[in-house]
Amino acid sequence: MNDTVGIVIVSHSKDIAKGTADMVRQMVGSEVKVAFCGGNPDGGLGTNVSLIIDAINDAWSTKGVAILVDLGGAETNSEMAVEMLEPERRKMVVVCNAPIVEGAVMAATEAAGGSSLEQVRAVAEELTAG
Amino acid sequence: MTLQSETFKSLVKVAAEQVIASAPELTALDQAIGDGDHGTNMKRGFEAVLNKLDAITSQPLDQAFKTIGKTLVMTVGGASGPLYGSFFLAAGAAVAGNEVPEDLAEVFGSGVNAVSARGRSHVGEKTMLDVLIPVLETLKADAGRDDLIERVRTTASEAVARTVPMQATKGRASFLGARSVGHVDPGAKSSCVLLHAVCSTLEARQ
Repeated sequence: MNDTVGIVIVSHSKDIAKGTADMVRQMVGSEVKVAFCGGNPDGGLGTNVSLIIDAINDAWSTKGVAILVDLGGAETNSEMAVEMLEPERRKMVVVCNAPIVEGAVMAATEAAGGSSLEQVRAVAEELTAG
Repeated sequence: MTLQSETFKSLVKVAAEQVIASAPELTALDQAIGDGDHGTNMKRGFEAVLNKLDAITSQPLDQAFKTIGKTLVMTVGGASGPLYGSFFLAAGAAVAGNEVPEDLAEVFGSGVNAVSARGRSHVGEKTMLDVLIPVLETLKADAGRDDLIERVRTTASEAVARTVPMQATKGRASFLGARSVGHVDPGAKSSCVLLHAVCSTLEARQ
């Protein structure tokens, strides 16, 4: 089986993260690994570095992982999480500059076709460039 | 010079307690121009630091800074976690074992650079850097002066006030554009609270 880029969804809200993951699974299918997390360490709105690390490891693929985030803190915490991974995994994870829902669906669609991490990221980020 | 463990312990303890005590004010500032969670996030992070106080302060200084940094990264839950966390992780990397370098600005500057890199931000963007960078300049310019602590305190207070007319271009406050003008930046304020706590603790021990 050909491995596909994994997708991680990081929102301040667990409901948004889960809802986005549900949309990806319904629209793209289950051949792409999708993991999500949301909420601060107390369960309120926010993000949590250790949950992001867990989600990256859950969605791990030899082709790497693309992360989609909602707002500033999710991006900063995701970048921090990437830096705390084992060195050989760090360079295989990217945080996409793209809207979270559309970006996740587009990234997963591209990933399902067996594209590289850079191609997946580029397709998601085209949404921002427009 | 080595830092006495009792002094270090009270530095960490007082700084954490002061941040926790200022949580309502930080949250109020953040409700004006951010998402209103800076106080509760910082409180959660520094409560986690306080819970580990004995373990942290029994480590050599470099490891202690790194433990504080990692604790903040893992518990704060907002962008301020990686920002303050990176400060302490980088400060820890700039210290060798338990030796406090003669050049405090070098250690502090390593932390400030890490914050700037993590936030991809610079001075004048209405962030914590608008306190940290002026304080770094004071540490460089006034090193060795008898009144260094007082000058750091004053620099931090004045720097917080200077964030009021600034327009935010980084972080959540940037969504407000011109409406971010007229408010104190919450991150600048929390940096000032931490610095003032350090100043007061060191003065009390002189």
